[in-house]
Amino acid sequence: MNNTSGPNQPQQILQADRLGRVVGGKTILADVSFPVMPGEMLGIVGASGSGKSSLLRLLNRLDEPTSGTVFLDGTDYRQLPPRELRRRVGMVTQRPFLFPGDVAFNLRFGPAQRGENLADDEVTRLLEQVGLPDFASRDTAVLSGGEQQRVSLARTLANRPEVLLLDEPTSALDEQSKLGIEELVGRLVRDQGLTCVMVTHDRDQARRMCQQVVVLEAGRLIQSGSTSEVLDA
Amino acid sequence: MLNSWFRSELALGLAQAAIASLLALAVVLLARRRNIHLESDAAIALVRGIVQIVAVGSILALLLKAPRWTSVFLLTGMILAAGSISAKRAKNIPGAVKISTYSIAAGAGAVTAIMTWAGVIDTAITSLIPVGSMIIANAMNTNGLALNRFRAEVLAHTGEIETALALGATPRATIGRYAETSIHSSLIPAIDNLRSLGIVWIPGLMTGMLLSGARPLYAAIYQFVVIAMILASSGLTSLLSTTMIQAHAFSDADQLLLKGSD
Repeated sequence: MNNTSGPNQPQQILQADRLGRVVGGKTILADVSFPVMPGEMLGIVGASGSGKSSLLRLLNRLDEPTSGTVFLDGTDYRQLPPRELRRRVGMVTQRPFLFPGDVAFNLRFGPAQRGENLADDEVTRLLEQVGLPDFASRDTAVLSGGEQQRVSLARTLANRPEVLLLDEPTSALDEQSKLGIEELVGRLVRDQGLTCVMVTHDRDQARRMCQQVVVLEAGRLIQSGSTSEVLDA
Repeated sequence: MLNSWFRSELALGLAQAAIASLLALAVVLLARRRNIHLESDAAIALVRGIVQIVAVGSILALLLKAPRWTSVFLLTGMILAAGSISAKRAKNIPGAVKISTYSIAAGAGAVTAIMTWAGVIDTAITSLIPVGSMIIANAMNTNGLALNRFRAEVLAHTGEIETALALGATPRATIGRYAETSIHSSLIPAIDNLRSLGIVWIPGLMTGMLLSGARPLYAAIYQFVVIAMILASSGLTSLLSTTMIQAHAFSDADQLLLKGSD
């Protein structure tokens, strides 16, 4: 494991360690390593097809790395039950994929998988956090794109993740909704000390939101460091 | 018309088969005009169908005097072939041949065995093979429909399934309703056959029994028995194959393996 922190610095919460994925003889990712520090917002940037989303899917083990691994709080994630790993490393996808039913059902879905019932006041609190108070009983079929993405975020937060993975969460939204989600995620990261890894093809968005970035090209990590050093160099 | 042209029964049968095939090909050409390309599938199926049924007819003629236990081998061969054929409707599903074969063997095999033991199916080769083959063939169709629908449902809902996995759901929880849809839709033909029995169609077995001198009422009841056996074996096959396929659609790390492309 590549430990990049010194003795007095906080340990990385997530560490991609020489991650690689080959599918049908085609290399999707090769030898990608980077740390993610607690409370940090890290951007994964790169052109279309550079492997950004594939990398994100390896971080919560939706796909299996063909080489390397990921350490979560120092533990090789292959030693964790996949369902526990995915609760701790939550993911918000590009399209929200809300389940049929009302908003409250969607928020309760994750905890219900562990046999927990999310209380009404917790549902209300989550919806207030994402700027959708009084939406609990709304049918997901009638929500706008921006509202759906906010519900998707609240649904992932209902699992109380330690790390939040965001896969281009604003790419399908109009400019106003996009800025709203950016502001919301930024606030959640600041206020709750959430650690966040976000895929974006939009370098300006990475500048606005991320302290650290890794740049992918053809499945390889070509640059990493602070956003200003890497993107404004 | 054909009866007057052909003296030999074999030549008459081949002529009738040719006309039926031409009609089927005409429909295929009609479909082609609407950009639905069934040409090679239909041509291969027609040629295979005639060759296989003639071969089975010839074997049956030889087996009429064979010991009854030889039918076990024939039925086993049919199950193996059925498993392989219906698995082709489940492209990209890992282990589809094994799953199909086991499901058809259990579904059709159990129903055939129980009904033979109960005396509903006679152990004579001339009875066991035709009835057994009907049960196996329908189980094969149901299995193919179930797997095909399951695959289509999963591919159409990959996002929802992976979202549920990402929220900590078990594979079975993410995919359960798609499996239920697959089972339900795969059994529509068997249920409709039972519903329409005697009203929309009078199946071949009953016709054969009438031609060979059975009493019409008994022939009718026995036809119902066969169609009910088909529903039972198809239902069991579909339940088993969709249960097994759910496990094969995911890796040990709860990752969805059944995808259109990676």
